[in-house]
Amino acid sequence: MKRIGLIVNPIAGMGGRVGLKGTDGPAALEQARALGATPLSGERARQALAVLRERLGDDLLLLAAPGPMGADIAESLGIATRVPPSPDRGRGAGGEGEDGKTARRQDGEKEGDLLPSPAVGRGAGGEGCTSSADTQTAVAAILAEGVDLLLFAGGDGTARDVYAAAGTGPPVLGIPTGVKMHSAVYATTPRAAGEAAAAFLTAAKPQLRESEVMDIDEEAFRQGRLSARLFGYLMVPYQRTLVQSLKSGSTSGEADLTGIATDIAERMRDGALWIIGPGTTTRAIAARLGVPKTLLGVDLYSRGELVASDATEQTILRHLDGVPAHIVVTPIGGQGYLFGRGNQQFSPEVIRRVDKSNIVVVSTLAKLTGLAGAPLLVDTGDPTLDAELAGYMRVVTGFRQESVQRVL
Amino acid sequence: MTDTFVHPYIPNTGPAARQAMLDAIGVGSAEELYDAIPASLRLNRPLNLPEPILSERDLKRHVAGLLAQNTPVTGALSFLGGGCWQHDIPAVCDEINGRAEFLTAYGGDTYADMGKYQAMFEFQSMIGELVGMEMVSAPVYDWSAALTSALMMASRITGRKRTLVTGSLSNEKWSHLNNTGGPWLDPERLAVNPQTGLIDLDDLRARISSDVSAVYVEVPSYFGVVEHRMAEIGRIAHDAGALLVVGVDAISLGVLAAPADYGADIVVGEAQALGVHMLYSGGLCGFIASRDEAKFVAEYPYLMVSIAPGRTEGEWGFGWAAMERTSYDLREAAPDYTGTTQWLWGITAAVYLSLLGPQGLREVGEGILQRSHYAMQQLDALPGVKAPVYDAPHFKEFIVNFDGTGSTVAAINKRLLDKGIFGGHDLSAEFPDLGQSALYCVTEVHTQSDIDRLVAAIAEVTA
Amino acid sequence: MTRLRNFHAARWDEPLILDKGTPGERGYIPPAVDAGIAAAVPNPGSLIPEEMRRSEPPRLPELAQPQVLRHFLRLSQMTLGCHVTPDASLGTCTMKYSPQVNEHLTRMPEMSDLHPLQDDATTQGMLKIIYDFERMLCEISGMDAFTFQPAGGSTAIFINACIIRAYHRDRGELEQRNEIISTAFSHPIDCAAPSVAGFRVITLMPGPNGYPDLDALKAVVSERTAGLMMTNPEDTGIFNPYVKEFTRIVHEAGGLCAYDQANANGILGMTRARDTGFDLCQFNLHKTFSVPHGSTGGSCGAGGCTAELAKYLPSPMVVFDGERYSWDYDRPDSVGKSRSFHGNLQAVLRSYAWVMAHGAEGLRAVAETAVLNNNYLKSMLEEIPGIDILYDSPGHRLQEVRYSWQPLLDETGVNTEDVRRRITDFGLQGYFTSHHPVIVPEPMTLEPSESWSKSDLEEYGAALTQIDQEARTDPEFVKSSPHASSVHRIHEEAIDSPDQWAMTWRGWKRKYGEERVHSA
Repeated sequence: MKRIGLIVNPIAGMGGRVGLKGTDGPAALEQARALGATPLSGERARQALAVLRERLGDDLLLLAAPGPMGADIAESLGIATRVPPSPDRGRGAGGEGEDGKTARRQDGEKEGDLLPSPAVGRGAGGEGCTSSADTQTAVAAILAEGVDLLLFAGGDGTARDVYAAAGTGPPVLGIPTGVKMHSAVYATTPRAAGEAAAAFLTAAKPQLRESEVMDIDEEAFRQGRLSARLFGYLMVPYQRTLVQSLKSGSTSGEADLTGIATDIAERMRDGALWIIGPGTTTRAIAARLGVPKTLLGVDLYSRGELVASDATEQTILRHLDGVPAHIVVTPIGGQGYLFGRGNQQFSPEVIRRVDKSNIVVVSTLAKLTGLAGAPLLVDTGDPTLDAELAGYMRVVTGFRQESVQRVL
Repeated sequence: MTDTFVHPYIPNTGPAARQAMLDAIGVGSAEELYDAIPASLRLNRPLNLPEPILSERDLKRHVAGLLAQNTPVTGALSFLGGGCWQHDIPAVCDEINGRAEFLTAYGGDTYADMGKYQAMFEFQSMIGELVGMEMVSAPVYDWSAALTSALMMASRITGRKRTLVTGSLSNEKWSHLNNTGGPWLDPERLAVNPQTGLIDLDDLRARISSDVSAVYVEVPSYFGVVEHRMAEIGRIAHDAGALLVVGVDAISLGVLAAPADYGADIVVGEAQALGVHMLYSGGLCGFIASRDEAKFVAEYPYLMVSIAPGRTEGEWGFGWAAMERTSYDLREAAPDYTGTTQWLWGITAAVYLSLLGPQGLREVGEGILQRSHYAMQQLDALPGVKAPVYDAPHFKEFIVNFDGTGSTVAAINKRLLDKGIFGGHDLSAEFPDLGQSALYCVTEVHTQSDIDRLVAAIAEVTA
Repeated sequence: MTRLRNFHAARWDEPLILDKGTPGERGYIPPAVDAGIAAAVPNPGSLIPEEMRRSEPPRLPELAQPQVLRHFLRLSQMTLGCHVTPDASLGTCTMKYSPQVNEHLTRMPEMSDLHPLQDDATTQGMLKIIYDFERMLCEISGMDAFTFQPAGGSTAIFINACIIRAYHRDRGELEQRNEIISTAFSHPIDCAAPSVAGFRVITLMPGPNGYPDLDALKAVVSERTAGLMMTNPEDTGIFNPYVKEFTRIVHEAGGLCAYDQANANGILGMTRARDTGFDLCQFNLHKTFSVPHGSTGGSCGAGGCTAELAKYLPSPMVVFDGERYSWDYDRPDSVGKSRSFHGNLQAVLRSYAWVMAHGAEGLRAVAETAVLNNNYLKSMLEEIPGIDILYDSPGHRLQEVRYSWQPLLDETGVNTEDVRRRITDFGLQGYFTSHHPVIVPEPMTLEPSESWSKSDLEEYGAALTQIDQEARTDPEFVKSSPHASSVHRIHEEAIDSPDQWAMTWRGWKRKYGEERVHSA
């Protein structure tokens, strides 16, 4: 019996068709409703579940959030469903050992680092409206009972809430229903989510990979300003197809990561200051050197040693005095931002002082091909600098392997 | 193409089909399909090639007429070896490798080409039985390529570059190793004892250190010598943290010990002797084998066929072992590549080993030992001729020195050729220290009268 | 309406040969040792020192000859060679007819029983064939010299990388020139080979037309550029019309240009490597020149270059002094051996006979028909709703197309791997998806060479049309395919796992248990 968690953000995606950029916050939701928006998430989650049911048959138990947040949809498909009691109500029922199953916020995660919670006010929108807190509570309740995979339907705001409750641990997969989809945790379509979930649940040796949870400041976004950041990573099923023949060449993303790490780590033993941006690709470099690296922060190294961890712009500028320096950055998967998303520590002044010629871009080929021909993007907040960075940039894609990408 | 040119190999040169296809595509002529190539890059004249021979009979007469100028070893008496050998080839081997299904298959997977994979898995399995290893690659180009790849694997596994190889390595292999392994390995040749042809263990002990990735020894060596202190050589290598890589001639393994039994970590070798025609060297087929440990498996540059359980009870199928790289991966330390290799000969070798079985392989080995030692005895009895040069056990091949005859190998071989005999391979340029020496190869195809004829001819031409 | 055949593959359920037979049986007896030899050398075992003697006989099968023959014949019947199916499936592999007469020629003892070290006087016929075929390839490519030593296309490309390395080393620029430029739709070996040769490799990604932008090339070319190694037409079947600009820019930067001509079947006699500015090239004789693929070799990668670079080609080369052909081993500048001795010259013999059977007009017919077939198949596949064709390149595709089943996946959940398995149920070879990196999503690369008839192609198109419809009505049927193959679906993922993979019978027994192995 496969145990699948299901949580649906019923309002996710409502803003999209009426020209809003998201529905985080009651005012936005109200506005969306006023413009005639109707809920979409439920139907899309239903499509994904239908595929899953087709593939797995009755060998399936859904642990769903209550009502429109999951259970209604599951029941309409006739899938065996259970609604776990919320941890508040159910506390004590599972005994000491059960608590360990509940995913917690990752150690080292700093509350103050997060942007304000995407949805404000519990239940503020009335019927059919859920808050960020509702989502987090439901995720915790589902995880407390133990699932093989947690499916969630929503957008970036939902992904953040799931991450806040689940952390980087249990297998999670997003059914895409939101307006903002900067995170890399969704399948391409609801159907594809069902297929990927089924493949993961039936695989003899299922594999997971860390995928970015991104979100932007919606208020700023609605005003036409982009300000996104990286919140963390969810563990998402990763489907590797059978290597077909000798003609295919290497397929392994892991091998690419190792190759990139080795390539850069070799160069980092010099006397220059190496300013390494956030991400799993860059973390692999530090791992190769055997030094610590924050996943979400910018860290500084010299002669292969850590100089400063989770540095702010000011820290970087202080260390930049009088030494040659390199910036190592990796584009954000699926959208291609090099600067201005999740790494604002690389301020225009930092980038200028390091100089364009000393920026080292790293990315697996898989991530580059995932951009489907779209250019890399920079948004430093300084249009002159953005123009200077535009053009072509080399990207290190493996050991002694590079590509070249257009930057806009 | 012209309207009249209908070629027997090309179906759609027939005018009716061609016109229908052009119509379906919506172009007036095939020429219009080349609109993607700029006019400036087009060759605007016919290729300057010989007139076509369209009749099969005429083509066969032309090509067979050229081939008739060759003298195959089967039309002479040959004692050439040195990495490509004349052995008896059971008819079933030729039958199977001529099967159109195997001959014309390529990159299909187990769902289309189940039989091809099973045959390949059986090849890997039987080589595994010969060498005593669980991990065996699909065929490699040849022994040289297997050797180079194995030493690069060893370098990645150990993270070291220095590589000690036997001093009796052929130039063919040494050149391959240096060209392909050049940027990644620092190969050094170990001294060979001039009396015995065996590895100079003092030299090995002097050179071995914690920066050596592997020690490579061949059993039998290029000179036919059977190194018998392999266990000790293995200990010396292992004490320094280096791997023992062993090269073998597969047909010897009915009588010689499995390399795994004396401590080999990686085994490479040549399978051409197992039922494959020499084909002017086109019959070569190498292999790599090792223990089934992830740190070894992760480094195989060549693909391996793995068996896999079927989703239907009682079934199984095959696929490429994909070797998702693990933390063992040090590929970048010495990258390698693979491609289309020599599978048809791997399948053939599987047929050969199936026909011979354990008893047949032992008998072939013993017959080779007897015949080659008989040849050595007879040749050594000739004045001025020394055979073998080295005082050591030999298998199949041995060096004959002619210094005492006052003749060069070249001169002797020329006169032997006049008598329809291909004398042993001249080593005087490749190993000048050996003087006027030649590498002779005697296998199960040679009869006593063949050997006696050789001995008489050499006696005559060196008299 | 094309009739789809009601096919089922041979399904012999044949055990592994290592699990067959009974002790003491045998299928072959080696030549007996003559009495005189046995008398002179009576005890062969004693000739091997005890510590090197075989202690346990290898566990090889023990079967009589008819059982061995039958076993391997059954295995052959469970294999879809391109003599038994019109293999338009393996795009980039150029599966075509290998004329049967060439097999007869190859199997003559005057070819099959030649030793690589025998006196040149005894191989004049074969040396002439090699020499003449070299001249033919020079005419076809515009190059000045060819080696046939590389036993596969990959090795030939590696040798080209070695020649680029030697060229810059001799000019004292190797330290500085350490970068090779390639393209993402070239074969991965165009990256891997220069990497093994010690270079850093820069891969250009495709632009909107499918080939890289010239500006991307300009952005990476520098004084560090050692060379360009690329395919054209690329794996998409799209011809990069700016190729001569590419070679010019790399030359102006001081680099050499090597043309991977594995995809040459559609351009024979139409456009030449040298005329496009390349200094080096290679042909895969097992693709373009009809050599059978042999279940994955032996094959030949013929490596060509200009007169200036010819001194670097591997040793030996065939030379002709006006009277006599011979192997020339005196090549001090050679990059070294790519393979022992001479390579797979049986491939050269077959290719020689194949070109002789075609002539200039025939080769043109080969190229034109290959391109015609490809565009005809494409016109049928454009009608299939689940198939998408990426890139808006001007002009027609040449010899192949990389299609995408992404629409089918989005609409039905059936992916390209499912379709690929299902197509074997129609007696057609499972197709090639893509090299890596996978840029075209849910890829299928088809190359209908000149050997397949109009009705062959219609059958192929009808099978794919049928599968597309099945995916819409009964996706599970497609996903659980094959249904008419020699074997049903396997646990593909077991192969990735160290505790489940098994490359030998002994490994399988250890991991899965003796009992399960024998009952399987």
